[in-house]
Amino acid sequence: MVDYLRPTELSDALAALAARDLTIVAGATDYYPAQVGRQPDHDILDLSALEILQGIARDGDYWRIGAMATWRDVLDADLPPCFEGLKVAARQLGGPQIQNAATVAGNLCNASPAADGIPPLLCLEAEVLLQNQAGSRRLLLSEFILGNRRTALMPGEMLTAILVPGSLQRGRAGFIKLGARSSLVISIVMVAGLLMLDEHGRVRDARLSVGACSEIAQRLPLLEAALRGQTPGPELVRPDHFAHLSPLDDHRGTAAYRLDAAATLTGRLLEALAA
Amino acid sequence: MSGEHGEKVTLSFFLNGERREASLRPMARLSETLREDFGYTGVKVGCDAGDCGACTVLLDGRQVCSCLVPTARIDGAMVVSAEGLMANGFLSRVQDAFLRHGAVQCGACTPGMLAAATNIAAESQHPTQEQVLHGLGGVLCRCTGYGSIVAAVRDAGRDPVAGAEATAADGPAVGASLPRTDALDKLTGVAEFGADGIPADALWLRAVRSPHPAATFTIGDLAPLHARHPGLIKVLSQADIPGNKCFGIYPDLKDQPVFANGQVRFRGEAVLALVGKRSAVAAITDEEVPIIYQPLPPVTGLEQALAGEARQLHGDRPGNLLVDAKLRKGIGADALAQCRYTAAGQWRTGFVEHAYIEPEAGFARRHGDRLEIHVTTQTPYMDRDEVALIMGLKPEQVRIVPTVCGGGFGGKLDQSVQPMLAAAAWQLDRPVACVYSRPESMAASTKRHPARIAARFGCDGEGNLQAMEMTADFDTGAYASWGPTVAGRVPVHGSGPYQLPNAHIDARAILTNGPPSGAFRGFGVPQISLAHEALIDDLAAQAGLDPLEFRLRNALRVGDRTATGQLLQASAGLDQCLEALRPHWRRAQEEVAAHNDGQPVRRLGVGLGCMWYGCGNTGMSNPSTVRLTRSADGRFTLYNGAVDIGQGSYTIMRQICADALGVPVHMIDQVTGDTDLTADAGKTSASRQTYVTGKAVELAALDLRRQIEARAGDNAGVELQAEATFDPPATPLDENGQGEPYGTYAFAAQMAVVEVDTELGTTKVLCMVAAHDVGKAINPALVEGQIQGGIAQGLGLALMEEYLPGRTENLHDYLIPTVGDMPEVEVILIEDPDLNGPQGAKGVGEPGLVPTAPAILAAIKSATGVSMHEIPATPDRVRAAILAQGTVGGASE
Repeated sequence: MVDYLRPTELSDALAALAARDLTIVAGATDYYPAQVGRQPDHDILDLSALEILQGIARDGDYWRIGAMATWRDVLDADLPPCFEGLKVAARQLGGPQIQNAATVAGNLCNASPAADGIPPLLCLEAEVLLQNQAGSRRLLLSEFILGNRRTALMPGEMLTAILVPGSLQRGRAGFIKLGARSSLVISIVMVAGLLMLDEHGRVRDARLSVGACSEIAQRLPLLEAALRGQTPGPELVRPDHFAHLSPLDDHRGTAAYRLDAAATLTGRLLEALAA
Repeated sequence: MSGEHGEKVTLSFFLNGERREASLRPMARLSETLREDFGYTGVKVGCDAGDCGACTVLLDGRQVCSCLVPTARIDGAMVVSAEGLMANGFLSRVQDAFLRHGAVQCGACTPGMLAAATNIAAESQHPTQEQVLHGLGGVLCRCTGYGSIVAAVRDAGRDPVAGAEATAADGPAVGASLPRTDALDKLTGVAEFGADGIPADALWLRAVRSPHPAATFTIGDLAPLHARHPGLIKVLSQADIPGNKCFGIYPDLKDQPVFANGQVRFRGEAVLALVGKRSAVAAITDEEVPIIYQPLPPVTGLEQALAGEARQLHGDRPGNLLVDAKLRKGIGADALAQCRYTAAGQWRTGFVEHAYIEPEAGFARRHGDRLEIHVTTQTPYMDRDEVALIMGLKPEQVRIVPTVCGGGFGGKLDQSVQPMLAAAAWQLDRPVACVYSRPESMAASTKRHPARIAARFGCDGEGNLQAMEMTADFDTGAYASWGPTVAGRVPVHGSGPYQLPNAHIDARAILTNGPPSGAFRGFGVPQISLAHEALIDDLAAQAGLDPLEFRLRNALRVGDRTATGQLLQASAGLDQCLEALRPHWRRAQEEVAAHNDGQPVRRLGVGLGCMWYGCGNTGMSNPSTVRLTRSADGRFTLYNGAVDIGQGSYTIMRQICADALGVPVHMIDQVTGDTDLTADAGKTSASRQTYVTGKAVELAALDLRRQIEARAGDNAGVELQAEATFDPPATPLDENGQGEPYGTYAFAAQMAVVEVDTELGTTKVLCMVAAHDVGKAINPALVEGQIQGGIAQGLGLALMEEYLPGRTENLHDYLIPTVGDMPEVEVILIEDPDLNGPQGAKGVGEPGLVPTAPAILAAIKSATGVSMHEIPATPDRVRAAILAQGTVGGASE
């Protein structure tokens, strides 16, 4: 017989997690689809009653996205322009029912190569706050995601918040998702970007990332470097900027198509952010 | 709060307006809790994965997929399902708007749509189009094409108006867009679908299916499985089938085993069935069941199946040829050699899944020496006869009671749960139920046939078609199913709806280790229409004629003979359809040309597709019989066996009946579907119900009316009845495919406007205009609903749908159109009356879909210059074709 826990205190949740192996459930939108035609055979820790994990708020030098904050919360939150890419991703993730239930943190912990939340948060240089009974640690998102469905979470540990540095404020951010239909669709490719421009419209700092084109969503360091000091535009995008990606050939698209589309979308995003 | 999965927790919450406190399983899906613990079976389960949205409810006013909500989370919350939307006995504004706009067809998505729509309405009284598209974006509908639903939601701010049936009490019923007879039940969540009426004491059955496309197997000792799972009562295998071990559509082709006998031929084939307590059956994993497979190299696709060294799937089918059919008219290829212009090409299509929102479901019980099966089906009498054969019973010993059917499209014409349930209920003498999961439904059910088509058409210097030839091979999968029907329909329709003095067509159905290909809206005709329509466009371009005018010049008309030699005596309205499209076509061409000037990236294109479609079975008898009674108190009861699978036959038949009797529709009650109570009205398939059963209804009603009139008012207290049968005039085809295979043909022309992003290869259909000759629109709203829904499926076929066994067995990898994928659709109804159909009506179920994909592909070509020869035209395929072409240019300019 399997156990179900729904604590109201974080300390109780962490204690339970320290004591045994529990499957953590937040929005549950990835949990149940994995159970189709099966009976649950693992103990559950349901985070939904933990008040402390709810919501999105400014917390000192950071914006704090609680582990139970949903995509709908992202859409509803009053956030600075640098979050625009995350908001666009929120509106295109699944359908409205998924947006109302699914959490940003769950999207990261599920660590799908096609997770729509990861590219915009990579651009925001987000960190994750991991807690266990003994204490906490912070990792950059890029350190947290280790591979397809693999993260740096240790036994006994849970992700309690996503922390986004509060210094960015005025960047221009965007996100473009490419899917084979208009909603409820897993991305073929997606691109997120965040540009800091000077008063002449030239790039002071650029952060770009591409999802669904490798096991883990990737920043585009060569392109980011090439953009510095330039007026952003598609003409600056070159195929070798994407050479470190390794997309799959699958029923959603060929590898060649994904690379081609990633370059196109990146160029379009730059054009949109420059405007 | 904590508790074990099996251990319940006490929760308090508001459910559909009532305060509740209940002890519930905390991690049970909320959908399950609402259905099982509270009886709210209006909450539909379509996928259990958040992919379809049928189970959408409101949780604290916000739409959520109840299949993804842990029950514990409703503690302190407010939950509303479709059952809770009415207030004080009145429909909510949203429900009322759905009723007014005809936004309900099969009804399986309706509760979820209503929840989403109620959420939208709560946020905005007059929502914008964008708000509506976003708000409905998480609920799939497979029937309506979404247009009527969007219109309803946009209009839901209005106050409800009085029921529309009352307003239509005067005047003829035929021609009026009366609301569906079943709309209220579907809008309030009380309609009982296949999974909704299962008795509480039923045992449950789950099939164990092959994970391999080809394998031999042995079954090991089952005793340990029984020992581990005391709730497991019986494991059924082929030995438990008392009669025919195999089933099939054709009497001489019953080749698909209920349970495989030592060999499986497709992934998803049933090997065993576990019967027992529901929890016990659900707890058993496939891995625990001792089936020892020896996989064989599968025969995948037409090339492998036709290769000389290919393994033969069935002993009696050398070369893996299931069946072939041909048509020979005139001198064939010799005539092509004399043509001034010729055009040729090859096309390929893949497996396509029906993706009805309601998976297969039902239950069976035994009453003495009779069996009763409640099941979601398109064909109660075929089910009855097939189950009788399988059980070694007389047909009269089997009763099929069709439940409300949550979509079929051809996929619920074959046996699914019926034989297994029959065997289990008979042997155990207990009610036994089975509900397929979505992956099981997709793996086990039939598909649209993948096709490989090569064709050549030729015309003279003036653009008059002279000759065509076509070879079309269809991957019929592991078993016969409806493969012969496809092979039979294709030669008749291969010429397209055009006059062709010379035609030479060969069609074959080829066995492979793919899923059985069966019936799917169009029986092969949508596939071959890709070929004839693309080649017509090519010829028009060569001849320097406008594609519409070229079609008009060659359109089959009354007085013409078809490629089978059949004289069209009436009702051949393709020319009228094309003429109705002409102003739209001209305007679209101008707009496209103006837009594309200097626009290399987001290019518009416009294309045409035409079709014809024989209504009813091909070259064989397919009668419908109905009964009509008049009771002593003057009410009429129509015993209507034409199962309504969402298309509206329960509404249509009443309308036809009312006018033939000369009484208002509300005086007619109906008994539907049940094989003990209604006569055989054939299957809901082949676009035949309005035409065939509708005619039988008309004949019965006219007979009863004559009886009443003959009694000259002396009718008080007298019971009267009439029965009528109609069998459409059709003759078998001869060895050259010549004959009169159908009593009538539907015709249509559609136009698509698309935008292609040439850098990404994405296609957005912006607008469709569909002109259909339906003979007579008995209920214009229902007719339009069929066309809109057909277009949605045609769009999916053209752009996104491909079933890959083992890879797309769910509704997030297998994509069907969502609300945001649908274009504006304008439907133009042409009524060129048929000589036989009721008040001149013909079928419309399949024609809506057939011309859509050709029109979209033509529009893609117009936008980009590339001809797509493989569908679906996914973004990567379109982009690859554009790159291969080297330049982007409109071929139509």
